[in-house]
Amino acid sequence: METAFIIEKFVLITIVFVLTLVIAMYSTLAERKVAGFMQDRNGPDRAGPFGILQPLADGGKFFFKEEIIPAGAHKSLFIAGPTIAIITACISSAVIPWGQQLTIGDRVIDLQVADINVGILYVFGVIALGVYGIMLGGWASNNKFSLMGAIRAASQSISYEIAMGLSIIALLMVTQTLSIKDIVAQQSGFVNWNIWVQPLGFIIFVTCAFAECNRVPFDLPECETELVGGYHTEYSSMKLGLYMFSEYINMFVSSAVMSALYFGGYNFPFMNDLGLSQNWITIIGVLAFFLKIFAFIFFFMWIRWTLPRFRYDQLMNLGWKILIPLAIANIVLTGIITLIKDTYW
Amino acid sequence: MSEFKPVVKPNHPIFEDNDPQDELVTLNLGPTHPATHGVFQNVLQVDGERIVSGVSTIGYIHRAFEKIAEHRPYYQITPLTDRLNYCSSPINNMGWHMTVEKLLGIEIPKRVQYMRVIIMELARIADHIICNGILGVDTGAFSGFLYVMQEREFIYEIFEEICGARLTTNIGRIGGFERDFNEVAFQKIKEFIKRYPPVLAEFEDLFNRNRIFIERTAGVASVSPETALSYSWSGPILRATGVDYDVRANEPYSSYEEFDFDIPVGENGDVYDRYMVRNEEMRQSLRIIAQALEKIEKEPKGIFHADVPAFYLPPKEQVYNNMEALIYHFKIVMGEIDTPKTEVYHAVEGGNGELGFYLISDGGRSPYRLHFRRPSFINYQMYAPMSSGMLLSDAIINMSSLNVIAGELDA
Repeated sequence: METAFIIEKFVLITIVFVLTLVIAMYSTLAERKVAGFMQDRNGPDRAGPFGILQPLADGGKFFFKEEIIPAGAHKSLFIAGPTIAIITACISSAVIPWGQQLTIGDRVIDLQVADINVGILYVFGVIALGVYGIMLGGWASNNKFSLMGAIRAASQSISYEIAMGLSIIALLMVTQTLSIKDIVAQQSGFVNWNIWVQPLGFIIFVTCAFAECNRVPFDLPECETELVGGYHTEYSSMKLGLYMFSEYINMFVSSAVMSALYFGGYNFPFMNDLGLSQNWITIIGVLAFFLKIFAFIFFFMWIRWTLPRFRYDQLMNLGWKILIPLAIANIVLTGIITLIKDTYW
Repeated sequence: MSEFKPVVKPNHPIFEDNDPQDELVTLNLGPTHPATHGVFQNVLQVDGERIVSGVSTIGYIHRAFEKIAEHRPYYQITPLTDRLNYCSSPINNMGWHMTVEKLLGIEIPKRVQYMRVIIMELARIADHIICNGILGVDTGAFSGFLYVMQEREFIYEIFEEICGARLTTNIGRIGGFERDFNEVAFQKIKEFIKRYPPVLAEFEDLFNRNRIFIERTAGVASVSPETALSYSWSGPILRATGVDYDVRANEPYSSYEEFDFDIPVGENGDVYDRYMVRNEEMRQSLRIIAQALEKIEKEPKGIFHADVPAFYLPPKEQVYNNMEALIYHFKIVMGEIDTPKTEVYHAVEGGNGELGFYLISDGGRSPYRLHFRRPSFINYQMYAPMSSGMLLSDAIINMSSLNVIAGELDA
């Protein structure tokens, strides 16, 4: 392993990390602006022009707030909760290919932190760990509402991970690989996007992504009208900030994963017909990828400010009685079609 | 009564949690829980998400209005009524004025009655806006709340134009109004009738056929008409069960009998029906306001109070320049005017149901005894028994759809 490689990866990791945090920060502003747009009002506009300094102001406020650890709380787990949440959220973006190769001089740089051949499993594993942050934090708070939020979060993410995993299996039957880089590379252009092959799988996946991110209509772990603040009722100061932050990072990473798996990642229509150099295609590809991500983030917010939330039992019914059977049906259907295609075409 | 299991330990504010085998958790829903929208408490015993039993605790903002009223002259009790159901205080004000007018036998001019109808129906719309908007918020959909909230703001502007206040309005005097509606007020009322229906339609588009909303509300907290009547429910939640009882139609006051309006009723008495009944009532209120405006046009202009100098304060310039006015002013303020020794009950259709005033007079300047029949208080009695067996989420939207206003609950 040469030094240049390490430096290259280090720079890439730093860029991805900073970008993730910045996007998560500005998602909070975007959320409030989108909410304002949908509700016929302005949204935050005091801090800086159009409120662009609002996230900084919020962050600063979080740091200066008094930090309260309740007397009956389990102190170490209380601190571990938000830590796990933010760490798992941050590292889940490691396997996402942000673009193709950049050629600088004679070096070819991959715009992906780590191309591991079980990329999808890595994302799933890390996201599954994320719920421990919520569970531990909710349990350690020694508050009944927090505990209920934590229980809801645990059962919700376990139920929806199954459906999510099953919807991915159908996709893997088509792509024949677990590496996200290869999956994205297969979808060059526009007609090769997996959404055309796996529309049902995508719908299941996007529903589960909402549930995994604890977003409306699946925001039961923190629904403020029932559980006060849910799992983060007792949290204050930056610990609360970390929970909020990890939610937005999860949203960003989910959007990236959805774009990569189903919407061609960095591929954009007519990318090979424009006669551009490889570097330009890569740069435009990165922009196209982020455009898709932002579209998904907007979609998340659009839903948030439109739909009511489910009740706990309805959520479970949807997960176990509708999404999982649908996902299994999707696998069978995909298998039959693949078989027919392989046999008769 | 058979639909609900009885409360396990009635009148016991805190459950004894000393049986480790029952695995029940005592949960304090309130007084500072965000879903209560006011200060009142429910001590619930929950088995996971399911409520086993509950006890309601009230009295957190009890201000002893009935006792205070015994020491105040009649016209100074109006501000107390503001603070009952503060979402629709004009209805309370008007109800109180009408009660005293009934006691004193004052005949109110038609124009004033129509003006009162307008004010009361505007207040009813404001009340229903709050209730249905909050129901949306409690189910998780926030935007619809703000769509209609903007219109409530407009109603408050109308109130401001009429009396100068917005929330605790203190509109009107015994015998009429303190001043005539000005032109701007009439214009704004007319504008409101035009601009509100599209907003309401937009609001209903968000919810009425929303699958998640229907699943959250339909069949939740369903109450049979018999049970509702046995708990003496009234108002939209009673009508949602299918009973067409509306004080405006059954015991018309303030010339409601001259108006043409429908009384929407539900079928199942569940949260969804209550929501639909309230929405339809807002439409009917708009109809009533439009008719009232037409009727006012036909009445002679400038009349805004009855000719009862013994009870209606004369204008200040007359007090300073006119002997008779000065005498009446003195007598009213000092409480020198006798009232009949009798008792009256007057009820109006409030935002949440039958708002009654039971007034016993011993002939003096203040009531001997005054009792408010507060619909929230009476409707809320069923809350704890009907919650048992419900999921926590259902219990919360049930509370929002009962529209329990803490001020009215405690008085």
